[in-house]
Amino acid sequence: MDQTGRILENVTQGEYKYGFVSDIEAETAPKGLNEETVRFISRKKNEPSWLLEWRLKAYRHWLTMEMPHWQNVSFPPIDYQDAFYYAAPKPKKKLNSMNEVDPELRATFEKLGISLEEQKRLSGVAVDAVLDSVSIATTFRSKLAELGIIFCSFSEAVKEHPDLVKKYLGTVVPYTDNYFAALNSAVFSDGSFCYIPKGVRCPMELSTYFRINTANTGQFERTLLIAEEDAYVSYLEGCTAPMRDENQLHAAVVELVALGNNAHIKYSTVQNWYPGDRNGKGGIYNFVTKRGICIGKRSKISWTQVETGSAITWKYPGCILKGDDSVGEFYSVAVTNNRQQADTGTKMIHIGKNTRSTIISKGISAGHSNNSYRGLVKISAKAEKARNFSQCDSLLMGDQCGAHTFPYLEVKNKSATVEHEATTSKISDDQIFYCKQRGLSGEDAANLIVNGYCKEVFNQLPMEFAVEAQKLLSVTLEGSVG
Amino acid sequence: MILEIKNLKVSIDGKEILKGINLSVNAGEVHAVMGPNGSGKSTLASVLAGKEDYTVTGGSVEFLGKDLLALPPEERAREGLFLAFQYPVEIPGVSTANFLKTALNEIRKHRGMEPLDAMDFLSFMKEKMKLVNIDTELTKRPLNEGFSGGEKKKNEVFQMALLEPRLGVLDETDSGLDIDALRVVAGGVNKLKTKDNAFVVITHYQRLLDYIVPDYVHIMYDGRIIKSGNKDLALELEKKGYDWITKDLKTPA
Ligand SMILES: Nc1ncnc2c1ncn2[C@@H]1O[C@H](COP(=O)(O)OP(=O)(O)OP(=O)(O)O)[C@@H](O)[C@H]1O
Ligand SMILES: [Mg+2]
Repeated sequence: MDQTGRILENVTQGEYKYGFVSDIEAETAPKGLNEETVRFISRKKNEPSWLLEWRLKAYRHWLTMEMPHWQNVSFPPIDYQDAFYYAAPKPKKKLNSMNEVDPELRATFEKLGISLEEQKRLSGVAVDAVLDSVSIATTFRSKLAELGIIFCSFSEAVKEHPDLVKKYLGTVVPYTDNYFAALNSAVFSDGSFCYIPKGVRCPMELSTYFRINTANTGQFERTLLIAEEDAYVSYLEGCTAPMRDENQLHAAVVELVALGNNAHIKYSTVQNWYPGDRNGKGGIYNFVTKRGICIGKRSKISWTQVETGSAITWKYPGCILKGDDSVGEFYSVAVTNNRQQADTGTKMIHIGKNTRSTIISKGISAGHSNNSYRGLVKISAKAEKARNFSQCDSLLMGDQCGAHTFPYLEVKNKSATVEHEATTSKISDDQIFYCKQRGLSGEDAANLIVNGYCKEVFNQLPMEFAVEAQKLLSVTLEGSVG
Repeated sequence: MILEIKNLKVSIDGKEILKGINLSVNAGEVHAVMGPNGSGKSTLASVLAGKEDYTVTGGSVEFLGKDLLALPPEERAREGLFLAFQYPVEIPGVSTANFLKTALNEIRKHRGMEPLDAMDFLSFMKEKMKLVNIDTELTKRPLNEGFSGGEKKKNEVFQMALLEPRLGVLDETDSGLDIDALRVVAGGVNKLKTKDNAFVVITHYQRLLDYIVPDYVHIMYDGRIIKSGNKDLALELEKKGYDWITKDLKTPA
């Protein structure tokens, strides 16, 4: 047996570092899913009737749909009636400063290593913290408001900016899009909303930390970002969830609208939800629909994702490149260990002239995990001189895991250029030995090599998140190398 | 005593490659190991460094008073054993500087020293770069990736300079170097030499020994050291070839 093989044999699964349950009393919707559940949620949130109607239409549509099975993953059927669809921390009065935040909640964030106060003071990151579906704290609001930037929870946006929400909700991801988008549209609880007006460059990274906190609560986030002409925003979504035995369904929808010419949205995700134990018990099902549309000329949407968690991940952040000369980018690191399954990739839909897209995907599989890249590049008939470059690399750690690449290509315009490169590699024993000979432990050696392998993607992340991503990577791969 | 190898026997896949090696290296000494292709020189170096593919079937190795063979490879490195590889590997995406900072701090930790921060490391590295004439650009590039053969070898000596081992084992570090690089590399080794450390230099060419003057020269043949002497042995070998020593061995036992 080779060296890495032997190391893999005596895997010691590192304990999930974020597995704790905080004690905030939740107000939950009755178990199960029916029209009454949808109405309950809408009522709880004091929503206008148009939104309730929209939810109900989505729900009724969902009933007509079938759970998709084309992904390269397997798991037992989900019982949608055996879950709660809404949980909120007890309503508190509006908060003006972090000091008013529930100490229990703050302790929770502290455990996650996110001190909001620290962030507020040091990093220039405005944090809209979402705990179990309801926004608890929003910082930097006033400062952003001075620039005309709206950054708030989705529920607040519904109340305070109903026109914007009504105009764009479901325009990028309609509720008919897929099974989970329909489900989300029916029962989404909260999420983030962001609007960057014309000519404004958002001066700080906008960041939301989501947490799934009540046992058996499906989490259905809804995020909508809109950037006007010459506007720029960099948005980071980071996630950790506490340890659970039952599988928890998470089906978020994210819609990005690069509306005006030269609008630029950069959306980064670092996801480390509970992956389940070594044998695949427990863990989050992460079935997410993320899509952006570049409407303005020369507008740009960049997705960067570092996916280290969840038991099952299906996720294909995509770009519809409608405006001429618009640009779509997808940078992804997906790591799977133990029994994790990931089927992730992107969709680049070229419609406008001279549209360009870049896809860099790095899959890392360890343990008995399965990691698939699935990407669609579609060049429509009108997309003169569209260009795509895709590079999909897979790294295997051990011989029990799997890596798969499913590139789909539809080219309807002859002037288009499409390039696809794919590689599969292993960390060689010689590389590990070389590092050890310089004094590194096997584990550090593997981390270093894996980080080097992911560098192109990490380079896209804002500095502090790149550091976080590196840490997560080593936590995820803990025990899979020696 | 830095290194004491006694009757070391090593096999791979059941085939015996080292058939009883004896070698003692004291502080302040430079030993040259020569010998024809396939005689076991790299095997010896790898076994000292702790490569796992080999099975030690007999003998012992003491390094600074410790049982070397009982230590995992990273411990050997932290204790001060350095191997300049005959074929250095490439590590994509990891800059030489970053790699060396990680390595140096592991070694410092082992020695009970504080880790160097980025700034201190950079100035320390600058100093060591001068020793082997390494270009700053090279330290920023991914480790050995796309390096020329000579650059890889120079990079090995640069790493050795930076990690300051007690015993440096150089496996054909001179192969593939042009004459100027050879001088620089040899000069670097000479500058690193102190009364507290030692070097084992594996080479095919007497040429290197003009620059790094060995205290002892050993000739390896078919898994054994069959002759040892001073630097004149290398000169003689250069003139007469291996046949001169091995002809006696070839007579049937
Ligand atoms: N992994 C291996 N499997 C089988 N045989 C091996 C292995 N490694 C080394 N050998 C054999 O052991 C012998 C010694 O090899 P080694 O590399 O130590 O020689 P060397 O003296 O360094 O030669 P060179 O001067 O060509 O570098 C050779 O016959 C080689 O084929
Ligand atoms: Mg050799």
